[in-house]
Amino acid sequence: MSGMAPHIAVLPVVVPLLAGATLVVLHRSPLAYRRALSLFATLVLGLVVLGLGLAVEHQGLVVYQVGNWPSFAGIVLLADRLAVLMLGLMVLLALASQLFASGGEDARGAHFHALFQFQLMGLCGAFLTHDLFNLFVFFEVLLAASYGLLLHGQGGERLRQGLHYVVLNLVASALFLFAVGVLYSVLGTLNMADLATRIAVLPEAQRPLVEAGGWLLLIVFALKAALLPLYFWLPRTYAAASAPAAILFAIMTKLGVYAVIRVYGLLFGPDAGALAGFVQPLLFWAGAGTATLAALGALASPTLRGLLGYLVVGSAGVLFMAIGLGTDVALAAGLYYLVHSTLAAAAFFLLGDWVRRHRDGGDALGRVAAMARPAWLGGFFILLAMAAAGLPPFGGFLGKSLLLAYAVPEGATVVLWGVVLGTSLLNLLALARAGSRLFWQAPAVVTARSAAPLPPLPGLGERLAMLILAFGLVVTTVMASDVTRYVAGSAAQLSEPATYRQAVLGRDPLPTTVPR
Amino acid sequence: MSLEFLFASGIGVLAAGGFWLILRARTFDVILGLTLLSYAVNLFLFAAGRLAPGRTPLLKEGVAPLLANHADPLPQALVLTAIVISMAMTAVLLVMAVQARVANATDHIDGREPNA
Repeated sequence: MSGMAPHIAVLPVVVPLLAGATLVVLHRSPLAYRRALSLFATLVLGLVVLGLGLAVEHQGLVVYQVGNWPSFAGIVLLADRLAVLMLGLMVLLALASQLFASGGEDARGAHFHALFQFQLMGLCGAFLTHDLFNLFVFFEVLLAASYGLLLHGQGGERLRQGLHYVVLNLVASALFLFAVGVLYSVLGTLNMADLATRIAVLPEAQRPLVEAGGWLLLIVFALKAALLPLYFWLPRTYAAASAPAAILFAIMTKLGVYAVIRVYGLLFGPDAGALAGFVQPLLFWAGAGTATLAALGALASPTLRGLLGYLVVGSAGVLFMAIGLGTDVALAAGLYYLVHSTLAAAAFFLLGDWVRRHRDGGDALGRVAAMARPAWLGGFFILLAMAAAGLPPFGGFLGKSLLLAYAVPEGATVVLWGVVLGTSLLNLLALARAGSRLFWQAPAVVTARSAAPLPPLPGLGERLAMLILAFGLVVTTVMASDVTRYVAGSAAQLSEPATYRQAVLGRDPLPTTVPR
Repeated sequence: MSLEFLFASGIGVLAAGGFWLILRARTFDVILGLTLLSYAVNLFLFAAGRLAPGRTPLLKEGVAPLLANHADPLPQALVLTAIVISMAMTAVLLVMAVQARVANATDHIDGREPNA
């Protein structure tokens, strides 16, 4: 294994790529084999991420130069604590999604597991890449796979929402390329560390072009992360997606947030001169608006899964407020909240699928039908609602209170407190309304639910999936001090962009053993 | 009229036409719009390496291997990648559009006629 050790930063891309390619070839083999292979690949990926995390703890920043080219000419991957955090979260969600899909969703088409692995590859690459063009490429990889997963086992509604989703994302890709072109034409590089170096010494005359490129990039990331004017696609798309796909989508939204932290923290960080932090005031206000409107949308949503979509949007809004504050402490609180809210949303999507199957009216929040097995589904619902709305003792409460307690900004305190607490209350109301509609209000004319056979209990895989997510939620809550220490470390690492430049540009290619 | 002016206005016309078509409500128009937009993007990326007539793309004997003497190779690589990706995405979108046309019996982008 020691021969592999220098390559550990590229393995998170290679493992799913190999697994996905193998699964495409084996698409006619029995489903059980494909399931096992795909699950095995995800477990291997988990081990790789664990190893990468240890390497990051050991060395600080792990830089990998693909093909051993020097950084200014080649492709660079970089793993820091933030990237490892996102990768770990992704593996957890991927395992849950896969186990849940083995309950039957993956039998609806031949390529579920292959698409799934390609999506993981795109996500891993996007979390690890250190240059803008490869960020674009990995975005495309994961989007292409997500189109497939969204349309998997398609119906008319999925196709309709899918078309909107694909067109929006293709327009965003075009904007991404325009931004890349603008930045390259002015700065002559796309490597993030190199870009940061050159932005720091940017002549006055070229600043407007770079700023324009930065705004264009923000539009793209805001679309992915569902920030204020660009979130309308998300609730309906998520409501139309199957539960396993929706779980993975929960981390795709966070990828937009991650890209904002990474690109704007590094390129337009504290030493970027006049351009330092130029998007942050906007991010704060847009985040506040997003959280508010999403809370109202959740209150008005006609289905449970639509409501969950709005909760995802709302959590992204809170995250953007945390980023917009621009301090280490706020970012750390935001990252803690990110982990918890993503896990809670994913678990809720699973429960939403169970609810849908146990009720004649699906997950519509009207008086349509009584629920089968109300006791244990309702029990889960209350627990997850508490977690998602941020009530104690769950971690969402901790994340929000960290944000409110330590991140006291100049002049924005009223807005921060008002929006975070107000949206929490509105979300709580929306969830309480949904819960009482689903579990307590039987229709006026009782339909013959009792005559129909009870739907089968969720299978072992689905229960395991829920268990994994619940485990994640409990760990982030019980071991909150360790998790907060880790995210505080990530934020501290991010606050020193100079170390990134040093690590990337100062690294010489490894000595080669190939004879010349 | 300079080469830059012609090139830039070409990109502008393509992008404007693309956006106009994307805002229309029929899948075919939208796909055409995305295609035009991707042409505009590709030309734009290509121009990001500066328009430089007469410079060779390959290293030559006797010419110093500097960017001042050669065409910038990186934007060309980027354009190549972008072309491949946009072509594949257009193919996916075409398949989806045809399927949506069959499943919903309309080519409206919302899957149903506005007045139906």
